[in-house]
Amino acid sequence: MAYTEEELKKELETKEYEYGFYTDIESDTFPKGLNEEIVIGISKKKEEPEWMTEWRLEAFRVWKDMEEPEWPNVTYQKPDFQDISYYSAPNNKPKYNSLDEVDPELLETFKKLGISVDEQKKLAGVAVDIVMDSVSVATTFKKTLAEKGIIFCSISEAIQDHPELVKKYIGSVVPRKDNFYAALNSAVFSDGSFCYIPKGVRCPMELSTYFRINQAGTGQFERTLVIADEGSYVSYLEGCTAPSRDENQLHAAVVELIALDNAEIKYSTVQNWFPGDKEGKGGVFNFVTKRGLCEKNAKISWTQVETGSAVTWKYPSCVLKGNNSIGEFYSIAVTNNFQQADTGTKMIHLGKNTKSTIISKGISAGKSQNSYRGLVQVNSRAENARNFSQCDSLLMGNRCGAHTFPYIEVKNKSAQIEHEATTSKIGEDQIFYCNQRGIDTEKAIALIVNGFSKEVLNKLPMEFAVEAQKLLEISLEGSVG
Amino acid sequence: MLEVKDLHASIEDKKILKGVNLEVNAGEVHAIMGPNGSGKSTLASVIAGKEEFEIKKGSISLDGEDLEELAPEERAHNGIFLSFQYPVEIPGVSVTNFVKTAINESRKARGLDDMPANQMLKLIREKSELLEIDRKFLSRSLNEGFSGGEKKRNEIFQMAMMEPKLAILDETDSGLDIDALRIVANGVNKLRSKDNAIIVITHYQRLLEYIVPDFVHVLHDGKIVKTGGKELALELEDKGYDWVKQETVV
Repeated sequence: MAYTEEELKKELETKEYEYGFYTDIESDTFPKGLNEEIVIGISKKKEEPEWMTEWRLEAFRVWKDMEEPEWPNVTYQKPDFQDISYYSAPNNKPKYNSLDEVDPELLETFKKLGISVDEQKKLAGVAVDIVMDSVSVATTFKKTLAEKGIIFCSISEAIQDHPELVKKYIGSVVPRKDNFYAALNSAVFSDGSFCYIPKGVRCPMELSTYFRINQAGTGQFERTLVIADEGSYVSYLEGCTAPSRDENQLHAAVVELIALDNAEIKYSTVQNWFPGDKEGKGGVFNFVTKRGLCEKNAKISWTQVETGSAVTWKYPSCVLKGNNSIGEFYSIAVTNNFQQADTGTKMIHLGKNTKSTIISKGISAGKSQNSYRGLVQVNSRAENARNFSQCDSLLMGNRCGAHTFPYIEVKNKSAQIEHEATTSKIGEDQIFYCNQRGIDTEKAIALIVNGFSKEVLNKLPMEFAVEAQKLLEISLEGSVG
Repeated sequence: MLEVKDLHASIEDKKILKGVNLEVNAGEVHAIMGPNGSGKSTLASVIAGKEEFEIKKGSISLDGEDLEELAPEERAHNGIFLSFQYPVEIPGVSVTNFVKTAINESRKARGLDDMPANQMLKLIREKSELLEIDRKFLSRSLNEGFSGGEKKRNEIFQMAMMEPKLAILDETDSGLDIDALRIVANGVNKLRSKDNAIIVITHYQRLLEYIVPDFVHVLHDGKIVKTGGKELALELEDKGYDWVKQETVV
């Protein structure tokens, strides 16, 4: 039968979360609640040096006096931070050299996701550092990277093995007191990834991390630190899915990027946390602080495809400190059912001749609310700063919302700022046109959405783009196939 | 091939088609003419399966198969093609990508694999030459920023690619200048064969100078009130639709 808009909406709403399964792996979990003992406990558990413990405690003390931000265009039941367990690690502690040693259940999980480590290993030039319930389980391709002097490991390992780098850069882009969630993360982060590219080295492969929330009632607090030394280049991929669960799960990550003189970092994310069911029950709260610092002639590109989470609060930003530095932000945010997303970027122009580009594509369906919030700030000394922003919204049905909140603060007369925004709707006419050419409604929606998102999808590395395209289809199609 | 019997169709309780009878055989070209609001585009939409129209009475069948229960995409798989009066824009989807998807979806419905890329490219080259379409045009987003003429030419290009059994051209001539009209008509004529049929919906006789019909029907107030050969179109041009309206009243 052909579809009316009404039927179309109904179908979209009944789309179930495809990756809603749960891996049963023995865990080592802390009691619920947060105080100085817990913070010290986490640090001890990870056998951290004293400076790190102190750093965490300082963050905790700052956090205690902070309040959750109220300004985002989202409404949700605030988490009870004393009702969360702040540490959980898979039981099989030793690191593995080969896949044979890895817990078969874990491998099974990756198979279900269609991104098995096996497959990943075969994918040309992709090294995978898997973060499962906060502790790195396997790191591959380490040797190849080591030959180039590239360090790619868990942040815990980095704290042990490369304390000078961690000490110098952690909190240098996102200070502990930056915001409520950043402070929380700084106090309790359990693990995450660390990456250092030495001077003049071009990382020969895409570095990739898959995240996954896995233990009921445990929030996940990832910490990522990427340092590209002078004249180096790295492309970093981050992707995640989470199992279906009734209670809300909190995710508050911090990602810091440092691009030194003439360096370039490309950071791509595909985010697919559990969005809650079609009544809006459950789902992950995703409160993430991502920021990069560009020194002279450096470039940072953020590309993100956000399809999951019940509530998303995320603004990957660039501080364009050095002269001639470049910041880019390419984003696709999909919301369906009762999902809420308040996402965008901040481009802070400090240096001369700095350039930034923002392309944001929001797709809303069901009763969801999708907001773009972006700040373009040009400092008084930033001569000849340039910004181009484009925010496009695509609506499906009559009950969802798309909002754009652009903030522009310019303190230098030589700045050139452009902002474009469009809103469109997938219409019955478009669907019928496709139907008439033999394309069924599901495929038609996928075609239209992919067309709308093309500019951003094109920015993703190839194998990631295919996965992202699949995710977009799954997020919006009626029956999942 | 196509059999429309005593077709009554409404939209939001407004009766538009009030008993249309039409039989189209393979190898034939039928023209449907009539004043604005007579139901021409509705007839095309109902045959293609647009849901907002409700069939109150009567039937439509293609090669003996009742179409009423078939979704629009299934009708397309069975070989019905509608060249739209107002083709929609799909930003970010190139003409090539769209046509490729359309062809492969229809093949899938028939249990065939995707058309091999080299065969697809050859077909695209062949058909774009037939319609004098610039290759650059094919990588543009579907209908986005197209002129009226480009949109119509693109419709006929898709028709050429999909090789339908029954093509319905809904006011394909509107918005075309005389050169574009000649190219489009020429393309359509080359697609005519003894195995397919074409229904041309138009206000004016002009298009029918190029695409010469075997039958001309005049639709007025939801009914076919007059049927004749190609000379009927000329007579209409001469006397105007009022002539038919008056005759109907008498």
